[in-house]
Amino acid sequence: MNRLIEKSLTRRGVLGAGLAISGVLAMPSILRAQDKSLKVGVYGGYFKKSFDEHVFPDFTKATGIAVESVAEPTGEAWLVQLEQAAKAGQAPADLSMMSQTSTLKGQSTELWTPLDTSKFKHYGDLLPRFINKYPDGRVAGIGAVAWWITLVTNTDVYKDAPTSWAALWDKANEDKLGLLALASNSFLLEVTAKTFMGGTNALDTEEGLNKAFEKLAEVKPNVRLWYRDEAQFEQALKSGEIPMGQYYHDVTGLAVADGFHVRSTFPKEGGIQDSGNWVLSRASTKVDEAHAFIDYMSQPSMQGVMSRKVGTTPTLKKEVLDLKPEEFAAVSSDIDPIIPRYDLYTSKADWINQKWTELIVG
Amino acid sequence: MRREAPKSVADYTPLFFPALMLIVFFVVPFSTMIAVSFFKRNPSGFYTPDFVLDNYARFLSVFFGGVLGFSLMLAVLVAVCCVCIAFPFTYLLTRRPRRAQTLWLVGLLSVLSLSEVIIGFAWSTLFSRTAGITNLFVAIGLMDKPVALLPTFGAVLTGMVYQALPYTILVLYPALVRLDPTLLEAARTLGASPIRAFFNVVAPALRNTIVATLIMVFVFALGSYLLPQILGRPQHWTLSVLITDQAIYQSNMPFAAAMAVFLVLISLALVGLTLLVGRRENAL
Repeated sequence: MNRLIEKSLTRRGVLGAGLAISGVLAMPSILRAQDKSLKVGVYGGYFKKSFDEHVFPDFTKATGIAVESVAEPTGEAWLVQLEQAAKAGQAPADLSMMSQTSTLKGQSTELWTPLDTSKFKHYGDLLPRFINKYPDGRVAGIGAVAWWITLVTNTDVYKDAPTSWAALWDKANEDKLGLLALASNSFLLEVTAKTFMGGTNALDTEEGLNKAFEKLAEVKPNVRLWYRDEAQFEQALKSGEIPMGQYYHDVTGLAVADGFHVRSTFPKEGGIQDSGNWVLSRASTKVDEAHAFIDYMSQPSMQGVMSRKVGTTPTLKKEVLDLKPEEFAAVSSDIDPIIPRYDLYTSKADWINQKWTELIVG
Repeated sequence: MRREAPKSVADYTPLFFPALMLIVFFVVPFSTMIAVSFFKRNPSGFYTPDFVLDNYARFLSVFFGGVLGFSLMLAVLVAVCCVCIAFPFTYLLTRRPRRAQTLWLVGLLSVLSLSEVIIGFAWSTLFSRTAGITNLFVAIGLMDKPVALLPTFGAVLTGMVYQALPYTILVLYPALVRLDPTLLEAARTLGASPIRAFFNVVAPALRNTIVATLIMVFVFALGSYLLPQILGRPQHWTLSVLITDQAIYQSNMPFAAAMAVFLVLISLALVGLTLLVGRRENAL
């Protein structure tokens, strides 16, 4: 009798325990499958393709967090969409790649969840220019990708590479240039200031800005195309139709690899270094996953992968990277970069935009 | 059969659906845009609901006046070019056998399937120095060396006329097909040459159609913003290009909305004026 009870109890116990265990195991795994995902917004086209291929699958393998990538438009359209959605409590993407100017604009409405930097193992190795802070010191964004805008030429037309941005002003280059059409994406005011006015600090005052505009006006006769869309200029550069201009260093490198007769030069005043941040929408609930992603992306090894596979500039100090000198040279330069004055495009946005439009349209 | 005046609410039901569509797709978006155009812009962020006239004040300048003037001029020119080309073309088309007409119309419809982007890039290649049509002229000895035909005003105009021409023909076609052939026969019997009969009989008989087509192409061309960028210099950018800059690149929705409202009002005024002038002439 005793044995029977004992046996039956044991049996029930085993069954019960088994159910309980399987329940405990099953429930969180369902939750985990739902929870551990992250919607990441990346610039559509080349970046999205590269991230889908080289970054997201390995991240999911390493952390178990599934990534859904969202193609975001460039310009400020994505910022506007995130802002409208956040007002309604929605996040079309949890993390987004966001330009510096847009990051600053998003700060004004507290659109970005402040990031906990203690969760990033390599926070100390980030170059300071890749940490975007709220005025009170909270961190709004961490450098995601950085790229260069350099002086590009068609090698059939220009046998020798130009050495300075001053080539844009050279009278010999009349009607030969392709430049970006907006003050806030061409950064030509900064180029003018660095080339002719001793540095971008010259743009601190309205007087300095006016001088830069005046100098920049001299470039106008040389410009054949003011482009908003990259494809417009790239085609013309490759064919030699428009043999000189400003363009992205990484994409030019790809064109060279494909055998096109083009080259990208870091002028002696430095290339323009633009970058995008990872920012977390305040409407997102995936705070932990987002931190895990930023931490993963900020590892030296991942920055190396990005430089080799995607062609972006590392956001970490050169010393901690595993890049060979020639690999580093392909995506960056030791020449001091021209860092855009992003603050101008929020504090004096409309004034600069109006002057700029009148300059090139008028 | 006599048409009776509607007596009850039920008699109006066929109107409900179009009215609903008009409200959902026109009244609501347009009202939103008007509302936004009075909002206050915050240069370091977005905008806040308010009632300010700054956005309109900024637009009232010589600079934007010039851009608006150019956009209207371009749209009028595109409309006139399109009708001048399409009217004789469609007239001659309607004189052809049924089968030939169908083939032509299918061809025209296929041009409509091309997007503005494709049209823009195709023309920019055709007008380029390195791969364009001037290379052909050099090959047959008409020119010494190939030249670039863009960016020029002519390139913009060509691209836009090319884009709008199929619409023009399709709008003119039904009216020209229905034109009573006895009118022309009468003119010929009375001794008019074919060309004279075309200008003195066919064209005046279809004046209302022509005016309606001009207005349609004008409105269509006014919205173009890609072709002026691809084929023209900054001087040839239309107001639509600047509206896009403000909305997409500067996230200055209030100013973009104000410019758009202005553009709609000016074009409505021009269309109204055209109709008014047309009516007065008809009354005489």
